[in-house]
Amino acid sequence: MPDLKESIKSGIVTMMREAAFNVPRDVREALQRAYEIEDNPVAKANLKAILRNIEVSGKTKLPMCQDTGTPTFFIELGEDFPLKSELRSLIEEAVRTATSEIPLRPNAVDPWTYKNSGDNTGRYVPIIHLELVPGSEMKVIYLAKGGGSENTSKLYMLSPVLGLKGIKRAVIDAMLDAGPKPCPPIVVGVGVGGSADMALKLAKKATFRRLDEPNPDPKLAEIEQELLEKINSLGLGPMGLGGKTYALGVKIEWAHKHPASLPVGINTQCWAFRRSEAVFDSSGNMKLLVPP
Amino acid sequence: MAEYRLRTPISEEDVRKLKVGDIVYLDGIIITGRDQVHRRALELAAKGEKDKVPVNLEGMALYHCGPIVKKIDDEWKIFGFGPTTSARMESVEADFIREFKVRLIIGKGGMFEKTTQGMKEYGAAYLAYPGGTSAVATSAVKRVVDVHWLDLGTPEAMWVVEVENFGPTMVAIDSHGNNLYTDVLSKAKKVAEEIKAKF
Ligand code: SF4
Repeated sequence: MPDLKESIKSGIVTMMREAAFNVPRDVREALQRAYEIEDNPVAKANLKAILRNIEVSGKTKLPMCQDTGTPTFFIELGEDFPLKSELRSLIEEAVRTATSEIPLRPNAVDPWTYKNSGDNTGRYVPIIHLELVPGSEMKVIYLAKGGGSENTSKLYMLSPVLGLKGIKRAVIDAMLDAGPKPCPPIVVGVGVGGSADMALKLAKKATFRRLDEPNPDPKLAEIEQELLEKINSLGLGPMGLGGKTYALGVKIEWAHKHPASLPVGINTQCWAFRRSEAVFDSSGNMKLLVPP
Repeated sequence: MAEYRLRTPISEEDVRKLKVGDIVYLDGIIITGRDQVHRRALELAAKGEKDKVPVNLEGMALYHCGPIVKKIDDEWKIFGFGPTTSARMESVEADFIREFKVRLIIGKGGMFEKTTQGMKEYGAAYLAYPGGTSAVATSAVKRVVDVHWLDLGTPEAMWVVEVENFGPTMVAIDSHGNNLYTDVLSKAKKVAEEIKAKF
């Protein structure tokens, strides 16, 4: 039997490699649709370049984007999974290996000295969100998060009297402020409620729901659809140079909140939405779910 | 809207033909320059030592890009050649165009009023390279001709790169005072006011 730790490590490296040269199928399909419905020549040229880039990256194994992202993991860890507290150091090792093998651009910089660690690890990096769940499996979502699209994240601590109207306005304001910066078309994650930190985390988590999968709550599904249409009607288009598609999808997650607060977190994912998902069984065997 | 295939260096006459919304593909030499190249070159210009800038930039295309490079068998190879955010260069770009007579600035995310005015006055245009499409950009690289100022680090150094059919790039700021980014954004702001009022 292969060593459990080795299997997990090499599984994580594989996940990172898969994400480096591809975007998930739903994102690819949404970009293709955006290209087909577009009639603005500049927007069409932008979308064509993006689609070609995805193809070229897959074939040549040249990085999709020169910013190969901040390694970020969302993990659901089964309580009976045979490995727990060692997980962080295993993932760190996997990130080091992936950074030199794939290779990835080292993106972990000390905020005080600006010294680059050189291997994508450092204090709290890779970023790991861990949740304990029943069972013996481990589900991992890996995200290579681009800096440009992380910079257009927003947190609004709204007055609760503003309610849904306030939430919708905040989303529109965030898009105006983002403009061309997050390399649109983007996926917009909206996290409502919880606390300041929770709203932002939920916003990022929300973007992982497949684009063709509507919100399970019909009321929220309607709001997502409305926001998507309104955002695109702004005419910002791909790369903020005009056109029909600025956002590929709007995804909402929520939590209960304090009566006196209404936190709204917004996260944006660039078109180079490099993520992979996999499940590890208790022997360390990995099943890759996303991509292809 | 027109489509052009241009070879660098470019004359002022050619650059004045470009209008926002045109699509341009480039052949020839392009030179990378981001934050530190701007700083150093302008410092030299201020001291009257422009001749210490190692490349003649007149008529050239300056690319806001910090490439991913690797030296293989004594030869530099480029693995990532996508654009970086141009906004960081806004405060100095108009001066850079005036001092060095570059005709094309290539980057992503656009530039603002000061650069737009500088481009109008000195005859230059801004080409938007589709953000993040690094693989396509890299495959347009023919070879690294030279590199200067490596002491700034590989992303910040001045790379002299020969490209073929580099693009598509879109003219987002032309030499007539038009800026596609600000046009699109100001329209979007008006639409947003109507949308927000109806929520
Ligand atoms: S925002 Fe995304 S696509 Fe754009 S440069 Fe950053 S990582 Fe690349």
